[in-house]
Amino acid sequence: MSESSEKDIKNQVIERTIFFLVPVVLLIIWQILGNAGIINATIMPTPSSIFKTFLDLLKSGDLAEDLGASMGRVLIGFFFGTLAGLLFGIVTGLYPKINKAVAAIFGILRPIPMIGLVPLMILWFGIGEKSKIIVIAVGTFWSVLINTQEGIFNVNDKLIEVAQLLGKNKITVLTKIIFPAAIPSIFTGIRLGVGNAWKSVVAAEMLAATKGVGHMIEYARELAQPEKLFVGLLSIGIIGLVIDAIIMTIQKKLFVWE
Amino acid sequence: MEEKENLKINHVKKIFKINETQLEVLTDINLDIKAGEFISIVGASGCGKSTLARMIAGLEKPTAGDITIGEKKIEKPSVNVGMVFQESRLFPWLTVEKNVEFGIHENLTSKEKKELVQKHIELVGLKSFEKALPKQLSGGMQQRVSIARALINNPSVLILDEPFGALDALTRINMQNEVLKIWEQERTTMILITHDIDEAIFLSDRILIMGKNPGEIKKEIKVGMSRPRSRNSYGFTDIRKEIYQEFFENTDMDIEYYL
Repeated sequence: MSESSEKDIKNQVIERTIFFLVPVVLLIIWQILGNAGIINATIMPTPSSIFKTFLDLLKSGDLAEDLGASMGRVLIGFFFGTLAGLLFGIVTGLYPKINKAVAAIFGILRPIPMIGLVPLMILWFGIGEKSKIIVIAVGTFWSVLINTQEGIFNVNDKLIEVAQLLGKNKITVLTKIIFPAAIPSIFTGIRLGVGNAWKSVVAAEMLAATKGVGHMIEYARELAQPEKLFVGLLSIGIIGLVIDAIIMTIQKKLFVWE
Repeated sequence: MEEKENLKINHVKKIFKINETQLEVLTDINLDIKAGEFISIVGASGCGKSTLARMIAGLEKPTAGDITIGEKKIEKPSVNVGMVFQESRLFPWLTVEKNVEFGIHENLTSKEKKELVQKHIELVGLKSFEKALPKQLSGGMQQRVSIARALINNPSVLILDEPFGALDALTRINMQNEVLKIWEQERTTMILITHDIDEAIFLSDRILIMGKNPGEIKKEIKVGMSRPRSRNSYGFTDIRKEIYQEFFENTDMDIEYYL
């Protein structure tokens, strides 16, 4: 027993080391190749110069301003997208006929990538905030919708039978069985929704914006500032990761029975 | 609900429609069960015993005939008939006490609720597991919670539909003792659906043997022995033999003689 747990600990240490070591080694190689002039610095700047730019942008407040603008949009878009996804997900999940009625429409609209919607939204709502927020909301909407539906569809009928046997009414079945059973899936939808919202904001900002990370990336390319471009991309990645990790932690705490 | 009432099954027939063909699952079932009686229904799979159980619970309607408890015809599920299934069917997100509390039908104050829940948790021997989640319990313990939940409204009839089928042999015997204890305490009419013949003999006042195609009651055996019953007594093995003969009419039960 103690021997196997010792082995487990050893394995864990090795895994963690690999987890951190591999990216670090790659960064070092990248840096060395850059310094040696083997990698063209005008399209692939070295990690150290990217980091320096990052510090500069942090100091000047430019980065915070762009990230702040993007996050604000994501928050609003995510909020409305989640609301709509929950609403449609619950209604279509509970009423098969309504689900059938909208299945074809949803089926056609869903595969359209968010970036494909940007021109249409600009045409309809102009290049202001509205079009960007709607693109983000749509990005959030689908994953919340699909996972809410799934959560409701997959409620175990046997549990509902138990409620019938105990003389419970429909409202009790809905609030005490269907919702609690569906909530973990709904939460997964929300987690994926935030991820999609964060991805959509970049798409929306690249086409038409004067602020935001998407704009920062696009503008950096125009001005041939590859460092800045990298800072933008990496910020998106890191923030996305952090958001996902936070929601995963909440999910684990909330749904201990899973 | 204070007075337990007799259960009557009158000419019950059940036909399932599968595609266009009609399948007669049960044909003309008649049965009188006295209040407080312990009945077992034994039969091979597919004989319609679970369908009969579901009709008594009101989860399904007979194609013809009716089932009554006291004066009342069973049309839909009611708190007067409880049911326990092979799976415990607990709500995984609720603790043991919340699962049991879910069963309560009457409007009670939270203090009354608490007492009632506590009483039933103790009845099934799960004291100190009130705050546990179902996934933290063994299969037998989960089934105890399920029984507590089904009994909380003090039903006239409790249907046990192969409740211990998924448990290991030792736990099963434990649970049989437990059910006996509960029955002696509560005097609820028990209807046990099982294909464990020993289980039926150990627990029941009467055993009904069902045949299939179509499902019907082939034989009724009264178990007159006093409880608790020894599984190896002569009376016990005699009844066991009688039931085996019913199931395997064409096989020679005295095969030992030829060896």
